Amino acid sequence: MADAHASPNYWMIWLYLFILTVIEIAVIYLPLAKIIIAILLVTLACYKALLVAMYFMHLKFERLTLGIIALTPFILCVFLILMLIPDIA
Amino acid sequence: MSEAAVMHHAVEPAETPLTPESWGKLGMWIFLAGDAMSFGALLVGYGLLRHSSPNWPLPSEVLGINLTAFMTFLLICSSVTMVKGLEAVKNNRRSTARTYLLLTILGGALFLGLQAYEWTHLIHQGLKVYENPFGSPLFGTTFFVITGFHGMHVTGGVIYLLVMVAIVSKPTNPLGPGWTYNVVEIAGLYWHFVDLVWIMVFTFVYLL
Repeated sequence: MADAHASPNYWMIWLYLFILTVIEIAVIYLPLAKIIIAILLVTLACYKALLVAMYFMHLKFERLTLGIIALTPFILCVFLILMLIPDIA
Repeated sequence: MSEAAVMHHAVEPAETPLTPESWGKLGMWIFLAGDAMSFGALLVGYGLLRHSSPNWPLPSEVLGINLTAFMTFLLICSSVTMVKGLEAVKNNRRSTARTYLLLTILGGALFLGLQAYEWTHLIHQGLKVYENPFGSPLFGTTFFVITGFHGMHVTGGVIYLLVMVAIVSKPTNPLGPGWTYNVVEIAGLYWHFVDLVWIMVFTFVYLL
């Protein structure tokens, strides 16, 4: 109840997420190299996830503690990928 | 320095810079971080298995992208109705809050129904946990494990939100409107997390 921030325009976030999803689907049909398409898709997905976390989950308006907690699994996933690179190379 | 510390103590002895505004919210975030690691491990495992299997089928040719794109759209919509519901709880508009929460539940239930339809369709096409006609048998294994694990989360979320509807529906709450706002916000965190994970699953399992 105590938060004084003006609530963001949630319909705009919805519109962004909708447009980004449409772009994602369009991207897979583009005549580009597979690696470029993969990079585009991962970037778009991360951007969408960031929008959800920042606005819907209010992370933008929370204390730093919660942001650090939210960031931890991503760092560990990057670490996991780095640890597995020797296995696939 | 010490003066500041003394003043700080005078306000609230148990307060540290890390103390959150709501312990319940902190608890949910810690749970979600753990849950994110489960999903992260599953998706990284998916990538590893796919990379090391020479006959992995192209998911967009086997799975129905249009249907799952619509399912993505449903979850995005249900996230918006969730935040709108929370906003209504904040403004003490109980019946509006209830309508929005029920719409959120409807979105989740429709998602589950479509997932059941999708699974049935794919199983009829021969996609099994242990074998499939499209290529590597691990394609089916990873597909059912990842989408199933996510579907279980949606199921849990629908039940969770039904409890929230019951809480919001009560005309008076002995713990006050602040408490109601807090629990609905925490339930919302879980629901948006499920949406966030689906964004990742949709990209990695269906589109890539």
